[in-house]
Amino acid sequence: MIEIKHVNKWYGSFQVLADCTTSIAAGEVVVVCGPSGSGKSTLIKTVNALEPFQEGEITVNGVSVGDPATDLPRLRSKVGMVFQHFELFPHLSVLDNLTLAQVKVLGRSKDEAVVRAVKLLDRVGLRSQQDKFPGQLSGGQQQRVAIARALSMDPVAMLFDEPTSALDPEMVNEVLDVMVDLAREGMTMMVVTHEMGFARKVAHRVVFMDGGRIIEDTGKDEFFDPASQRSERARLFLSKILQY
Amino acid sequence: MFGNFDFDVIWRTLPYLFKEGMTFTLTLTAMATAGGIVFGTLLAMMRLSRFRWLSAVAGTYVNLMRSLPLLLVIFWFYFLVPYIGAWVIGSSTPIKVGAYWSSVITFTMFEAAFFCEIMRAGIQSISRGQTYAAYALGLNYWQTMGSVILPQAFRNMIPVLLTQTIVLFQDTSLVYVLSITDFLGAASKVAQRDGRLVEMYVFAAVVYFVICFSASRLVRVLQRRVAIVR
Repeated sequence: MIEIKHVNKWYGSFQVLADCTTSIAAGEVVVVCGPSGSGKSTLIKTVNALEPFQEGEITVNGVSVGDPATDLPRLRSKVGMVFQHFELFPHLSVLDNLTLAQVKVLGRSKDEAVVRAVKLLDRVGLRSQQDKFPGQLSGGQQQRVAIARALSMDPVAMLFDEPTSALDPEMVNEVLDVMVDLAREGMTMMVVTHEMGFARKVAHRVVFMDGGRIIEDTGKDEFFDPASQRSERARLFLSKILQY
Repeated sequence: MFGNFDFDVIWRTLPYLFKEGMTFTLTLTAMATAGGIVFGTLLAMMRLSRFRWLSAVAGTYVNLMRSLPLLLVIFWFYFLVPYIGAWVIGSSTPIKVGAYWSSVITFTMFEAAFFCEIMRAGIQSISRGQTYAAYALGLNYWQTMGSVILPQAFRNMIPVLLTQTIVLFQDTSLVYVLSITDFLGAASKVAQRDGRLVEMYVFAAVVYFVICFSASRLVRVLQRRVAIVR
């Protein structure tokens, strides 16, 4: 579904991504982790071309992301994305946040879009909030709306960029629950997160990054098994974040 | 000085002052504001464009306009617009524009430079994440601007835009150089004709003050209302 091949990216002379290669099959859940500044957020943003890259190739559903001839809006509409800071549109109601792109990009009628939106809000447990504005919701509720908004486009894959990092601890679970449900339904997911509990529960593979490189790309069980061979860097990282 | 202050001259000429003068002043303010905001927003989008030449063209225009006295621009446009118009439509003789439309065009173009800077600040006040989110949903540049960025930028900037409009309202009095009868012009004409300089200029000052002061109070009230809940 998503193929990332030998991707290199520089900011000026600073290399943020170095020869990154991995792939995500349809229905697969891949967790990307690593210390801050390791390039994981940058990598996930290159998948739907929010960040350009200079070398290498990324294809989504067979379509090349880096090809100048690619219809990027069309490609992006098929890949849902959830951001660390939610990025709901604050001037639009919850319902309008969910219908805007359905109408403008997919060309659905307003009624059709509303039906789809209400169904998804129901699914994330926020149907009663549909007429509120994002600023009136808690962080966890906003992030669930953001997930519903991404799903309203009927994406073939979902990208999550640290979806729980900006949340108060007691709100993390309500968001992770929605993501676990999605994963169990067979959604293709690429998730940048430090939530190792989530990784253990639903990930098929774990990609570990450091200094712009992919250091580990293994099955979940091997990644969390202390007995299996792992790089020193990943072992150190894990021991730190699993300490408490 | 106020001993023989003649209130009657003001009463007598009120219909003329407001129906002729103030109508023009308000019309020009409204047209230049509307046109200036539209044109200024486009300029702001050009200035923020990743195409260098686009932002250079807009930048040059804005800096030029902001560095010239308005009076000078009014003169230049008055003399140049007929020739530019002729060049645009391919006519060999200068087109007739007239003082009225010349002033509308001048103020629109001049104010656009100021509105551009306001809208640019407004657009830049919206976090990059909003653009990312809109793009990630598949919206293109124009849809992102039209549905996500500009509505927020505009709302954030309403108080500043209105303040600029108040300044514009005062600046319209400069059209006297084109012999147009705006509010001040009308007051001035009466003052000269009837020899009632003190009365007319005091009255004009009071009217400008009342309008501008109440408008800026209104802006402050509005400022508190339009803030988007985040």
